[in-house]
Amino acid sequence: MTYIPISPAERDAMLKTVGVKSLDDLFDAIPKKHRFPELDLPPALTEMEAAAHLAEMASSNEHVRGDLISFLGAGAYNHYVPSVVDHMLRRGEFYTAYTPYQPEISQGTLQAIFEYQSLMCTLTGMDVSNASHYDGATATAEAVNLAYAQFRGKRKKIVISPTVHPQYREVIRTYSQGMGLEEAGDDPTADLEAGPEALTSLIDDNTMLVIVQYPDFFGRIHDYTKLIEDAHAKGSLVCIVANPTAMLMLKTPGDMGADIVVGEAQPFGIPLWYGGPYLGFFTTKKPYVHKMAGRLVGETIDNRGQRCYVLTLTSREQHIKRERATSNICTNQGLLALAAAVYMSTLGKTGLQQVANLCYQKAHYAAGELSKIDGFGLCFMEPFFHEFVLCCPKPASEVNQYLLDNGILGGYDLSKDYPALQNHILVAVTEMNSKDEIDSLVEALKEM
Amino acid sequence: MNAPSNLKYTKSDEWFDPATGAAGISDYAQGQLSDIVFVELLVDEGEEVTIGKAIASVESVKASAEIYAPAAGKVSAVNKGLSDKPETLNSDPYGEGWMIKIAGGSAGDAMDSAAYEKYCEERTH
Amino acid sequence: MATILEPTIFELSSPGRRGVTMPASDVPKAALPPKNLLRSDLPLPELAEVDVVRHYMKLSKFNYSVDDGFYPLGSCTMKYNPKINEDTCRLPGYLFTHPLQPIETVQGNLALMFEMQEWLKEISGFADVTLQPAAGAHGEFTGVLMMAAYHKSRGDTKRTKMLIPDAAHGTNPASVGMLGFSVITIPSDSRGNVDLKALEAACDDTVVGMMLTNPNTLGMFDENIEKVIELVHKCGGLMYGDGANLNALLGIVRPGDLGFDVMHFNLHKTFSVPHGGGGPGSGPVGVGPVLVDFLPAPLVGIIEEGDEEMAPLYGFVTPKKTIGRMKAFHGHFGGGLVRAYTYIAMHGPDGLKDISQYAVLNANYLQARLRSTYKIPYDRICMHEFVMEGQFEGSDIRALDISKRLMDYNFHPPTNYFPLIVHEALMIEPTETENKDTLDRFADALIKIAEEAKTQPELLHNAPHITPFGRMDEVKAARELVLCCWLPENYVNE
Repeated sequence: MTYIPISPAERDAMLKTVGVKSLDDLFDAIPKKHRFPELDLPPALTEMEAAAHLAEMASSNEHVRGDLISFLGAGAYNHYVPSVVDHMLRRGEFYTAYTPYQPEISQGTLQAIFEYQSLMCTLTGMDVSNASHYDGATATAEAVNLAYAQFRGKRKKIVISPTVHPQYREVIRTYSQGMGLEEAGDDPTADLEAGPEALTSLIDDNTMLVIVQYPDFFGRIHDYTKLIEDAHAKGSLVCIVANPTAMLMLKTPGDMGADIVVGEAQPFGIPLWYGGPYLGFFTTKKPYVHKMAGRLVGETIDNRGQRCYVLTLTSREQHIKRERATSNICTNQGLLALAAAVYMSTLGKTGLQQVANLCYQKAHYAAGELSKIDGFGLCFMEPFFHEFVLCCPKPASEVNQYLLDNGILGGYDLSKDYPALQNHILVAVTEMNSKDEIDSLVEALKEM
Repeated sequence: MNAPSNLKYTKSDEWFDPATGAAGISDYAQGQLSDIVFVELLVDEGEEVTIGKAIASVESVKASAEIYAPAAGKVSAVNKGLSDKPETLNSDPYGEGWMIKIAGGSAGDAMDSAAYEKYCEERTH
Repeated sequence: MATILEPTIFELSSPGRRGVTMPASDVPKAALPPKNLLRSDLPLPELAEVDVVRHYMKLSKFNYSVDDGFYPLGSCTMKYNPKINEDTCRLPGYLFTHPLQPIETVQGNLALMFEMQEWLKEISGFADVTLQPAAGAHGEFTGVLMMAAYHKSRGDTKRTKMLIPDAAHGTNPASVGMLGFSVITIPSDSRGNVDLKALEAACDDTVVGMMLTNPNTLGMFDENIEKVIELVHKCGGLMYGDGANLNALLGIVRPGDLGFDVMHFNLHKTFSVPHGGGGPGSGPVGVGPVLVDFLPAPLVGIIEEGDEEMAPLYGFVTPKKTIGRMKAFHGHFGGGLVRAYTYIAMHGPDGLKDISQYAVLNANYLQARLRSTYKIPYDRICMHEFVMEGQFEGSDIRALDISKRLMDYNFHPPTNYFPLIVHEALMIEPTETENKDTLDRFADALIKIAEEAKTQPELLHNAPHITPFGRMDEVKAARELVLCCWLPENYVNE
C-alpha cells in the first residue's frame, strides 16, 4: 500500500458500488490457472531502507567527481552543469506532466520545447529542429529513415564514414536491417588518415544519404563543404553528426551545406548517468520537415488572441499515419530538452563561448604535454577540438590499466573498433579537467 | 457535398475526368480530411499507373490519407503547384486541386455521380 | 498583434548580460583553428541567472501535472511519482559514472541492472530481459526486429504479415512498417475481445506474428487470450505483448505464463518513472525461450560467480544471434532504471499486487459511477481503464468539448478519440494513487458537464474558461509553420 491512499472502509464502499465482494473478484476474466502468481521478489523496503540500499550500491561505483580523474569521452562528456538546471528539472510542474497533447494546460512544456528548437537551430545553422530523439545514435538512425522516406525507397545506398562513432554505426545497421540497404564506407580497416574526400568516390546515383561526424570520432575537425557539394551533385542528402560543444566555436554544419544535422546533446546540462537518458537532437532544412520523424512544436494563436504553441504537423506521426509513418517514434526526451534549454540560457552566449574555449585550450595543452613524452605522440595532424588520439608505446589496455591503478580513467581504447589502432587511446579533455589533473596524467605516463 | 456529373468516382473517394484525364480527391474526401496542410505527389510524369496505385499522400491537421489512381494509363502531367498550396484541395478539389492527368486512362468500374452521392450519403449516417 | 503572456528566452535577452561565468583558463594559450573553420557569430540569448529562473518558473505555472492534480489519461498511467526516486537517481555514484568505464569500477551500476533484469523476468514470467530500449515504441521496434530475425534464422522467409487488432496503439503498425511488413487488422468482437473467427481466417504460414495489448485499449482483458495465442502459435507466428497496460497485471497474471513470446515494459508508466513532459521513457523488453538468443547486445551478466565472501563480478554478455545494438551505451540507466528499481524495491511482491488491484478497483468504481450518464459501449468489469462515449443523443457536444470543459474543473482530460473503434472516445485511467474523494469529485464534474451539455452547450463549446490559455488555432500552426524564434532584428552583437 506504499502509495495507495485508500482506507479499508473506503475500499469496501467502492467494492459495493462496483458490485463485487472482494478485490480478487475483479479478475475473473483471467485464466484461473495463471491467476495471482506468487512473485519471488525481495520483501518491500521502507523509504529509509531503500534510500540506504540505493546509496550503498551507488557508493560501490567509482565516479568521476572525486574517485577518479577522467579523460574518457567518446560520445559522453563530463561537463559542469550550472545549479539552476537541476532546480528547474525538479519542478513537479515539468517532470510530472505528460506529453503536451492538451495545449491549453501545457504551455510551459510547449514553449520550453519551442525555445529548445530555436536554440538548436541557432547552434547548428539549420532551419528546423524537432523536439528531440532518444540519443545521438538513434537520431542518426532517424536521419536514414528521413532519407529513405524522402526518396520513397527509390535510392537504397548509404555512405558512412568509418570515423562516425562505432556504436552509432552499429545502431544504424540494427535499425536498417528491414530496408534492404547497401552500405558503403563503414569499414574500420580503411585508411583512417584519408580526408573526407575519400568518401566521394563511393557516392553514386543510388546514394540517398552520406553520414559523417564533426568533429569526427578521433576529434578531428574537417570542413565538409566540398564533400557536401559532391554529394549534392549526385542528388544525395548529407547528414552531419555533430558535437554541440564544438559547434559553439566551429563553423556550423548549416554553413557547410548539410541537409541534416544530428547529435548527442548530453554535454548540454545532462549528467553522465552511466549512459542515459541523454538527448538526441535532430535538425534539418525546411523542405524535409514533412519527412522528419518526431514531435514538433509550432507557434500559433489562441481564441483570446494570445501567442501560444502547439504540437504541429502531427499527421506525420505514428498515432495518425500508423504503418506509413517515417518512424514509430512516440516519446521525445522532453525533460532533457528542457535541461539543454536551461543550460544554454543560463550560461548564455558568453558562458558557452567560455566552455568551448576552455575545452579547446585544455585539450591542446594536454596534447602538447603528452606528445613530449618519449614513445608517445599524436596520431593525426589535423586540427582537433577537445579529443585527440594518443599513440602509446604499449597496448592501449595496458596503458589504461596502469592509469586506473593510479586513479586515472584513461582515454577510450580504440583497439576493439579499429584494428590498426592497437596502441591508441582517444583522450577527451573538458573544462572540468584542471591543469593539475592534466599534469598528473602526464607524470603518470612518464613513469610508466 | 458536390459531385459534378461529368466525372467518375472511386470507393476510396478519388475522381477521374474521362474527357481530360485529370484526377483528384472528391469534395466529400476533402471535407472528411478537414484542413489539408501537406500534399506529396508520389508519381512522376511519364510513369505508368494502374488502378489503385498510390499517387499521392495527403496530411490534414487531424488525419492522413493515401490517394490512389482512379484510372490506369500513363501520367501525362502532375500538378506541381499543389505542394505549395495544399489548401487548394479544400477550396477547389475539382478544379485547381487536380493532382495528375492520366492520358487515355480508363476508369474501370468507377461510379457515376449519382451512385457516388448515394454512396457518400450512406456513410454519413 | 497577439498578446504575449511570457516572452521567449530570445526576446528576454539583452546584449552584455551575463549568467553563470566559467573560470579563467589555467593553461598556456593555444592558437585557435584557422579562421575558415570557426563560426562567425553565436547569436544565443544573454541573460542573468535570475532572468532565467523567473522565465522557467513562469512557464512551469502554465503546465498541469500529476503534482497539481488528477490526470486520468487512458493508456498513459499517470500515477504519482514518488519523491524518493528523484533523490536516489541523483546519487553521485549514478550521476557521475561514465558509460564506458571499466566494469570493475561500476559494479554498483551493473548489480542494479542485473537485479532489475531478474526482477522484470520474475514479474512478467519471461526467460530474459534487455534494458536497452529507450521507450515503449523503441521496445516494440526491438521486439519486431527479434521476431523477424527468428523467422529469418529458420529460413522461413515468406512471413511478411503482422496481425494487429483494430484497437491497437499507432506505434504497433508503425513499428511493423519500419521493417517493411504489412499490417492485417483484426476486428474486435462485441465484448471487446479479439474476434476469433477473423483471427483464425488470417492465420496462415505468411504470418510473422500478432501484436496484442492486453488488457486492450478498451481496458478489457481478452477473455479468450489462451485461444488467441494458441491460434497464432499454431500457424507458426509469434505473440507480441504491448506492455502499455501492465499496471493492471502486477501479481495478477504473468504474460510469459500466458504464452506471450515477447513484451515491452514501460517503466515510465507502470514503475513510476515520471513522464517528464513527453520523455524520457524507458522500455525494457522481455522474451520467452525462443527469442533469448536474439536479444540486443549487450546484456548484463555474471562474468565470475561470487561466493559467501565475494560478490559476483558483473559485466556484459552478447546473445548468440543478437539483432545488434538499439542505442548507444546501456539504456536509460539513471533517469529510468534507478527510479524504477527504487519503486519495485519499495513494493515487494505484495505491494506490486496491491498496485494492480487498486488500479482496477479505481477504474471500476469510476465506471460504475458514470454508467448511467455516459454510454459505455463495452460494459463489463474493466481492468485499469475503461472507455466511454463523449456524446449525447440530440446534442452537438463532442468528446473534445467535454475534455476542454474538464479543465475548468481543474482536472486533466482523459485520452480522447482513442481507441479508434469507439465514437467520440473518452478513455479514463485513474491509476491506484488517487483517493476516493478525488474520484468522486471527478465523477461529479463529469455528471455536471453532461447536464451543462443540455442546458448551456456554449459553455462547453468555448471551454476552457479559467485556464491561462484558450483553444488554439492548429490550422494556422500547421499552415504557417513558425518552428523557431530568433533574436530580435535590432539586436546588437558585440
